Amino acid sequence: MPVESIFPRLEPLLPRVQKPIQYVGGELNSQVKDWDAARVRWALMYPDAYEVGLPNQGVQILYEILNEREGVLAERTYSVWPDLEDVMREHGIPQFTVDAHRPVAAFDVLGLSFSTELGYTNMLTALDLAGIPLVAADRGEEHPIVLAGGHAAFNPEPIADFLDAAVLGDGEEIALAITEVIAEWKDEGRPDGRDGLLLRLAASGGVYVPKFYDVTYLPDGRIQRVAPNRPGVPWRVDKHTVMDLDAWPYPKRPLVPLAETVHERFSVEIFRGCTRGCRFCQAGMITRPVRERSITTIGAMVDQGLKESGFQEVGLLSLSSADHSEIGEVAKDLADRYEGTNTSLSLPSTRVDAFNITLANEFSRGGRRSGLTFAPEGGSERMRKVINKMVGEDDLIRTVTTAYENGWRQVKLYFMCGLPTEEDEDVLAIAGMARRVIQAGREATGRRDIRCTVSIGGFVPKPHTPFQWAAQCDHETVDRRLRALKDVLRSDKEYGRAIGLRYHDGQPSVIEGLLSRGDRRVGKVVRAAWEDGARFDGWTEHFSYERWTAAAGAALAGEPVDLDWYTVRERDEVEVLPWDHLDAGLDREWLWQDWQEAVDGTEVEDCRWTPCYDCGVCPTMGTEIQIGPTGKRLLPLSVV
Amino acid sequence: MPEGPAPAPVTQRLRVRYAKRGRLRFTSHRDISRAVERAVRRAGIPVAFSAGFTPHPKISYAGAAATGVASEAEYLEIGLIEARDPARVRSDLDAALPAGLDIVDVVPVRQGREGDAPVKPGAFADRLEASEWRIRLDGVAERDAAAAVAAFLGAGAIEVERLTKKGRRRFDVRAAVSALQAEPGELDRRAAEAADAPCAILRMVVRHTTPAVRPDDILTGLRQVADLAPPSPPLVTRLAQGPLDADTGGLTDPLDPDRAHPGRVTEQPPGDDAGAAGGPVLPQSSGAASADVVSACS
Repeated sequence: MPVESIFPRLEPLLPRVQKPIQYVGGELNSQVKDWDAARVRWALMYPDAYEVGLPNQGVQILYEILNEREGVLAERTYSVWPDLEDVMREHGIPQFTVDAHRPVAAFDVLGLSFSTELGYTNMLTALDLAGIPLVAADRGEEHPIVLAGGHAAFNPEPIADFLDAAVLGDGEEIALAITEVIAEWKDEGRPDGRDGLLLRLAASGGVYVPKFYDVTYLPDGRIQRVAPNRPGVPWRVDKHTVMDLDAWPYPKRPLVPLAETVHERFSVEIFRGCTRGCRFCQAGMITRPVRERSITTIGAMVDQGLKESGFQEVGLLSLSSADHSEIGEVAKDLADRYEGTNTSLSLPSTRVDAFNITLANEFSRGGRRSGLTFAPEGGSERMRKVINKMVGEDDLIRTVTTAYENGWRQVKLYFMCGLPTEEDEDVLAIAGMARRVIQAGREATGRRDIRCTVSIGGFVPKPHTPFQWAAQCDHETVDRRLRALKDVLRSDKEYGRAIGLRYHDGQPSVIEGLLSRGDRRVGKVVRAAWEDGARFDGWTEHFSYERWTAAAGAALAGEPVDLDWYTVRERDEVEVLPWDHLDAGLDREWLWQDWQEAVDGTEVEDCRWTPCYDCGVCPTMGTEIQIGPTGKRLLPLSVV
Repeated sequence: MPEGPAPAPVTQRLRVRYAKRGRLRFTSHRDISRAVERAVRRAGIPVAFSAGFTPHPKISYAGAAATGVASEAEYLEIGLIEARDPARVRSDLDAALPAGLDIVDVVPVRQGREGDAPVKPGAFADRLEASEWRIRLDGVAERDAAAAVAAFLGAGAIEVERLTKKGRRRFDVRAAVSALQAEPGELDRRAAEAADAPCAILRMVVRHTTPAVRPDDILTGLRQVADLAPPSPPLVTRLAQGPLDADTGGLTDPLDPDRAHPGRVTEQPPGDDAGAAGGPVLPQSSGAASADVVSACS
């Protein structure tokens, strides 16, 4: 069946929309493969605007891995802004890929990468524009398999009605395995239709097919049981873990857009996983164990990626980049290699310790030295013990003092508000910490132009973390504490003007909380909000709290549960959680114990350097910690 | 604060004519500037950098066609720390840029005689006195376009209003227009003649004035004098920019004064549907259009 490009119909309409370049494709290193030569065709979607979605590592990696295979084709699609959505509806133009502008409905799979739950409504827009029935049960053999991945897919229950399948964990290997299953099923003449394919995927144990599980509820609204409803479907679905990052050195040929995007750099993941054990951090819990990429592979990827892209900046990504066992060598060797080439290096996600200043100095050699970012997360020592963010205030002061002595003028500090057991004084302690930072900077440098920016995010309890049982803090309390902090800083004559405060109000976090820990009943809320116009919920200018509360009120009217039940209610140990049948490898008893220890303020060490504390991941998943040092170094590149 | 050695000085300056064609017309000026910087790095062209904490490559642009407007004649200047063969720079840079952002011509800036003051910045921009534009109007019959053109040319002054950076302004658009004509859609006369799919092409030479008179403003003027109202967004292409030849009313090549040697480094165009550019409006057009430039009516 020939699939034609919709571009000739789209092009004359593009002058009517904002930033039309984001819809024309043609990125450097993008590719268009022959449609008819492909046995399996993937449409990969990042359900947010192009400027956010294009740089996404997960999509770029899968795009490249799938397209490298013969007989497999992958194209990308992103959320269109409401102005183009209106134009597309007016002219009957379907959701399209940016590579060859093919209609998304023509593909075998629509794979969505959910970094955040706030992209759920954008998925519904895309399905609707694509002409794919919103509800999975209404789809026929001719429709793509709608498949979710990414961190939010570790609890896909709120969108279970709309998904055919979900995968947990690293996508590289499972995407290829799914491709094989689909190819065989098509080659065999699609036995047993759509359900035949879904059953094959479910039976593999690595793909969650929501429709093959029944959820029953207790009269009080809690879940009674989640159970497979047909033979051959496993009780639990496991996450996927790639065990040798050096064998998967992607992206090799990064996509370079014409349009401006949020990250204009070449990013290399230097390791996956984190065992620091910060209790609020879903990423750290669900990506265990730590698997490092070796210094030599990092060096080769940076070299190739820069040549292929022409980017001027390299980002060394991970959940806590300074923790790589050879980060000092990586930093020094890369800085040596690119000295004098106007290539800058950046290291997002660093922890608070003096070693990071050495790294930062290395990275900014001959370049800018604008600001350093640290994330103490909690304002008081007690709060940091609860969340297991082991940073002493004196350590922080020592670190920033070193930073200021080394020529840095601005320090950015990240915190959260609304953490479990938090009291007003814990948030007000942020002001004290910021004051000491400024004081230390002025003393160290003898200057007055020292700045400190405090950024505060609202805490949202996430599945598969020790805080999955916690009551989320209501938004009124969060807002009150933030206002109090602002007042304290504003009235501080000596330091207040040197301290910047950035925060958002608490309401969006409540909806994120609903979508994070919701069950299948929340699907009705998502749909109602979407029908009422919810789009781009991660964007302040598009988000409407009133729309979501109205949708929750209407959609849950006949249920014994409501918005508060999902968010500000604490769960007890025996309650069946909506994601209990989805296995991130974490032992449930260990999580509960860690939750209890959190309340007591008991800390837990990183298992990379201390004995295993039995979180359960390695034995359950058959994985192990993979860290260096390798003892190798990077050689300078021969000058071009 | 970090202090390094002073950046290497510029030893060669190249003037580059480039085109933005087809769907790449939707790039903004900022998009183009990022794409060029990256292409320069990928192509290994030894660009000079400015001094300071955030060194910038020495690439400057002379004006820029608006987002959505295609162009055969955009210009930039690039400073190199080592001299390079302009022909090689043309092909390397062109290969490193996405198809549709195409390098047409590369000419070294002609240095004055020894002892002369170096060419002042801005001097090149001064050569760009006017632009030649082609506007394709789908859904407009040629005779309607021609009637509107006649009314436009016959008017003494035509004031239009537009939001500029300095706020809403009213200005005359007639005086800036030194040539304007209507013609039928060239390559697909059958469609143009069909009653349901008419198409007209406007070609014009417009002087660069302040405030700038854009093709859009001309269309506004045509609407005011003759009710010409295209049903769909017009497709605008800049065919050339350069000094205005008072005798012919056409444009000359702004790079000519820099050509030290007779050997020119110009892209050989694949097709040449802008061949009509050899008409009275544009005697000097080296504005070869690729097949990407849509001239035919759809």
